[in-house]
Amino acid sequence: MFETLILMLDATIRVATPLIFASLAGMFCERSGIVNIALEGKLLAAAFAGAAVAYVTGSAWLGCIAGVLVAVCMSLLHGFATITHRGDQVVSGMAINILAVGLTVTLGRHWFKQGGQTPALSGDARFAPIHLPGADALQDVPVIGLLYSELISGHSLLEYVAFAAVPIAWYILFKTRFGLRLRAVGESPSAVDTAGISVAKMRYSAVIICGILVGLGGVYLSVGQTAQFIPNMSAGKGYMALAALIFGKWKPWTAMGACLLFGFLDSMAIRLQGVSIGEFQIPVQAIEAVPYVLTVFLLAGFIGKAVAPKAIGVPYSKERE
Amino acid sequence: MKKLVTTLSAVALAVSSFAALAAAKPAVVYDTAGKFDKSFNEAVFRNGVEVFNKDKGVQVREFEPQNEAQREQGLRRLASRGFTPIVAVGFNFASAVEKVAAEFPDTQFTIIDMVVDKPNVQSIVFQEHEGSFLVGALAAKTSKTATVGFVGGMDIPLIRKFACGYEQGAKFANPDIKYIQNMTGSTPSAFADPAKGSELAKSQFSQGADIIYAAAGGTGLGVYQAAKDAGNYAIGVDSNQNFVQPGTMLTSMVKRVGVAAYGTWEEGMNGEWQPGIKVLGLKENAVDWALDEHNASLISEDMKAYVEGLKADIIAGKISVHDYMSDNTCNF
Repeated sequence: MFETLILMLDATIRVATPLIFASLAGMFCERSGIVNIALEGKLLAAAFAGAAVAYVTGSAWLGCIAGVLVAVCMSLLHGFATITHRGDQVVSGMAINILAVGLTVTLGRHWFKQGGQTPALSGDARFAPIHLPGADALQDVPVIGLLYSELISGHSLLEYVAFAAVPIAWYILFKTRFGLRLRAVGESPSAVDTAGISVAKMRYSAVIICGILVGLGGVYLSVGQTAQFIPNMSAGKGYMALAALIFGKWKPWTAMGACLLFGFLDSMAIRLQGVSIGEFQIPVQAIEAVPYVLTVFLLAGFIGKAVAPKAIGVPYSKERE
Repeated sequence: MKKLVTTLSAVALAVSSFAALAAAKPAVVYDTAGKFDKSFNEAVFRNGVEVFNKDKGVQVREFEPQNEAQREQGLRRLASRGFTPIVAVGFNFASAVEKVAAEFPDTQFTIIDMVVDKPNVQSIVFQEHEGSFLVGALAAKTSKTATVGFVGGMDIPLIRKFACGYEQGAKFANPDIKYIQNMTGSTPSAFADPAKGSELAKSQFSQGADIIYAAAGGTGLGVYQAAKDAGNYAIGVDSNQNFVQPGTMLTSMVKRVGVAAYGTWEEGMNGEWQPGIKVLGLKENAVDWALDEHNASLISEDMKAYVEGLKADIIAGKISVHDYMSDNTCNF
């Protein structure tokens, strides 16, 4: 029983990692007042770029850099449309999602001739699990051994990075001057502007940070968790991350909690499949719907009101027309 | 005037379809996974289209839809240009074929993996449960933990058919075997989620399984990778996927869709094409288990003889494998 629980938590970490990256990314973006439904597309584009470059160069690190760069470029595109040209943020985000779905498959077909997939990665082209010192030695110690060797040790680098990113994001957002200004831009851009700080510059920095984080999440999908890119492999994770962000009230620790909860429900769903209560077998569809239902249910009933940054979705213009 | 136009177009259609019959213009429309999916569609391309082009010297016209809407458009365009027979690859084409076949009654359509009841449609379905039975028996005989797993893609009767045959085969070979089954999801994206596939495989390994059969399209690639990482075995599906992870792919359940497509074009050329349902199984050599240089070292002579024996028994009717889709239950 204890072992099962540990293995489920282990799976939770793997499933939650891309969600944590994406929801932290979304947090920076949305805290600065820019709606970001493009997380899904950026995850996908970064996953593709990461796997493609890792395959060609044989280095997971170069793949990681490429994936992050592509995600940053897409973020800048989003920024260019919505900050510089004051376009509708939802429309721009949706456009990026559609662009990513089409572009990755088309380029993939052209380059690798495998129906949009990249060839499987092996060896140095993947982020291998890191075995922490002493994991093997402690393995046989009851409770702690299993906890340390299974749950804490043996994850790929990006998983540790994801969990390290949470306190860092919290510190930047709530303890630095930059963070204060970023939050202010999302609440009342005109006040920030009056204080002599460039709204556009703050928002551009936010979308760049967003690109870096979501890029890491995408690379994790194709280079860490699995070992190749497959068309549409983000499979709704960007939207899940967005839900986690709202669930976590736009705060890093609670957003991480929500991602872990989703991850846990997912790994529980895997375990519960095929289990029957009495004569009644739980259908896959019901288990799949649980995270979404829970989001609505908990948000409505228990968590309380999730208040979005005030200026979210509103392009900022100095003049009143 | 309007009547005249209708008559003229009817005449034109009749002439064009007559011309088509004389010249033989075979065509194929792949599923959205694309023709290089290392699986189903690629089998049609490699063993059907390429071979047909070489054997008959007739080019098969190909179309790859990029999205759902293009399925119907592709079929309609090919039909209006006089191509026939047109092979539609995959169960997703059911509604498109039904619609377009009604619009072009003189064009011959063939749909693979689905039954469409129209006078000008040939439906080819496979006895996947028979092939799955064989790989299930092989898995049960090979398993050291007496536990085998199954990972399906989208939860639809077709995938349950694979699962049911596999389960029956495993239990036939070892009545005490523990069988674990997971479906990835209930939307088409369940066929393209390797991360989930890898998680499902890891979960099954932790429950004791050491061989997993994946009938899950792209999701399966995650399963095969997880099997390799864990040093366990996986079983491929549709095409011979033994090469994907050489050494840890126990075998593949092969569905010879390419041969079936070839057959339908050949019939079209010779004027022997018939509408109706064509059921292809072990007997027709249309489903099978794969043995090649990538898994030869994993299969002993005894094992090989055992599986071939089962195959002969199924063909002879001594073993009857339950078809999930006949009654939507898995009671064998």
